[in-house]
Amino acid sequence: MANLVRQLGQRSLNIVIEAGAMIIFLLEGLGLALVPPFRPRRLLQEIYQIGVKSTLIVMLTGAFTGMVMALQGYYTLKQYGSEGALGSAVALSLIREMGPVLTGIMVSARAGSAVTAEIGIMRITEQLDALDTMAVNPIQYVVMPKLLAGVIAVPLLTAIFDVVGILGGYLVGVILLGVSSGSYFSGMVRSVVPLDVYGGIVKSLVFGLTIILVACYKGYNTQHGAAGVSKATNQTVVLSAVLILVWDYVLTSFFM
Amino acid sequence: MIKIVNLTKSFGGHKVLDGINLTMPTGQITVVIGKSGVGKSVLLKHIIGLLKPDSGQIIIDGQDMSLLKGRQLREFKRRFGVLFQGGALFDSLNVFENIAFPLREKTRLTETEIAKRVRERLVQMSLSSEVETKFPDELSGGMKKRVALARAMIQEPEIMFYDEPVTGLDPPMTNTVFHLITKTHQESGYTALMVSHDLPEVFSVAHHVAMLHKGRIIAAGTPEEIQNHPDPMVQGFIRGEVDFLEG
Ligand SMILES: Nc1ncnc2c1ncn2[C@@H]1O[C@H](COP(=O)(O)OP(=O)(O)OP(=O)(O)O)[C@@H](O)[C@H]1O
Ligand SMILES: [Mg+2]
Repeated sequence: MANLVRQLGQRSLNIVIEAGAMIIFLLEGLGLALVPPFRPRRLLQEIYQIGVKSTLIVMLTGAFTGMVMALQGYYTLKQYGSEGALGSAVALSLIREMGPVLTGIMVSARAGSAVTAEIGIMRITEQLDALDTMAVNPIQYVVMPKLLAGVIAVPLLTAIFDVVGILGGYLVGVILLGVSSGSYFSGMVRSVVPLDVYGGIVKSLVFGLTIILVACYKGYNTQHGAAGVSKATNQTVVLSAVLILVWDYVLTSFFM
Repeated sequence: MIKIVNLTKSFGGHKVLDGINLTMPTGQITVVIGKSGVGKSVLLKHIIGLLKPDSGQIIIDGQDMSLLKGRQLREFKRRFGVLFQGGALFDSLNVFENIAFPLREKTRLTETEIAKRVRERLVQMSLSSEVETKFPDELSGGMKKRVALARAMIQEPEIMFYDEPVTGLDPPMTNTVFHLITKTHQESGYTALMVSHDLPEVFSVAHHVAMLHKGRIIAAGTPEEIQNHPDPMVQGFIRGEVDFLEG
């Protein structure tokens, strides 16, 4: 029993220590954005890697999410004779919840894992050490542009997800199931208020930063060869998905 | 001159370096030999500031390295050139960009001047100009080593560090790399520290040899002195005798 308590205590302590280390890592990374040398090309490369390359998968998930929501929503709303509210139901759940959360999870699966693997390999093949000995700060050169790219790209990807989702909902609700096009869009315009949009943007900013922070941190602290890289990659995907959902609850309760 | 005083380092209770004392004279090549896993890379990483000692000092040209931090330390390291054990070439950059990297990051040279210097190094390393656009994963082991050597030397360092420069290379390529090291050393007269377990080849490039064993330097001297050293451990290692009894 005492042993169990001790183990539990040790585990919680480790979590707190790791969280602290991650926050220090984040502050160092972001702080270095303000210090020369500035490398705009590195930032563009990372926006391309993390953002542009995730566009297709985000559009695909967005389209199907919007479509399935329209399908589900249509049959539920129809029972109450209010199919006209379909547009606002689809738009609100996309903008407030589904857009940020699913975009975050897709980006972490596609880009987050790639970031961890890339940095992890740089660690075990001594490329990070090589940067250091060339008097180039590896956090500034490798990590910082990725963090910024996450903050820039994920909100934009979320916006794409929302728009494509709304169009997917339109396809199913209006074109297949016969809801009137006017009510689909006018319901949306009446019910979506600026706070919904701000809430969605804040969520996606936080998720973007969280995903890339976890990915960079896990990669940067990779140990023990190739097996270490695969372990770190694995941890990145799991941890960022969990953190996204936890953050989502915290932020939702804040905006309600 | 590089001076190491009473350096110790443990990893999780396992003492890797246990009081190292070693002096590396300016302008000469010092080679630290020792079995695989004995801590040669760990020793080298302390001198280039990638690892922090538990105790002891590293003094380079009168400067105690432990007193330097962050940016200062990084700027001090600009005098170093390091050839890492695996080359540590950047995967995302091609050969030209790898060699040009330190110049692009740390100097204000024009692209024309950078290209000129990179090509000079390629010639010096007997690499043809076709490799310029290749990526590290398209290169053979020997080519990687030579590209890494070109990159390490591009800023004309005062001190060169070599971690296993020839391990994994075939005999002709081993000779080529040692020849390149000797040649560049004669041309620029840098101070060098090499760690290696490739015997007896390293004796041909070394001015000084020190043997690392169980966390300590158990022998140091000229290559001749080491080759004729009375310690049976040293002799056993040089002759490649297998020691089944020793862990
Ligand atoms: N960062 C680290 N954390 C924990 N242990 C380490 C670390 N770096 C090295 N070690 C341990 O220190 C010991 C010495 O390793 P080192 O890489 O210096 O050996 P080496 O002499 O360079 O061997 P080789 O000739 O095979 O390169 C090994 O037992 C290794 O596991
Ligand atoms: Mg080694």
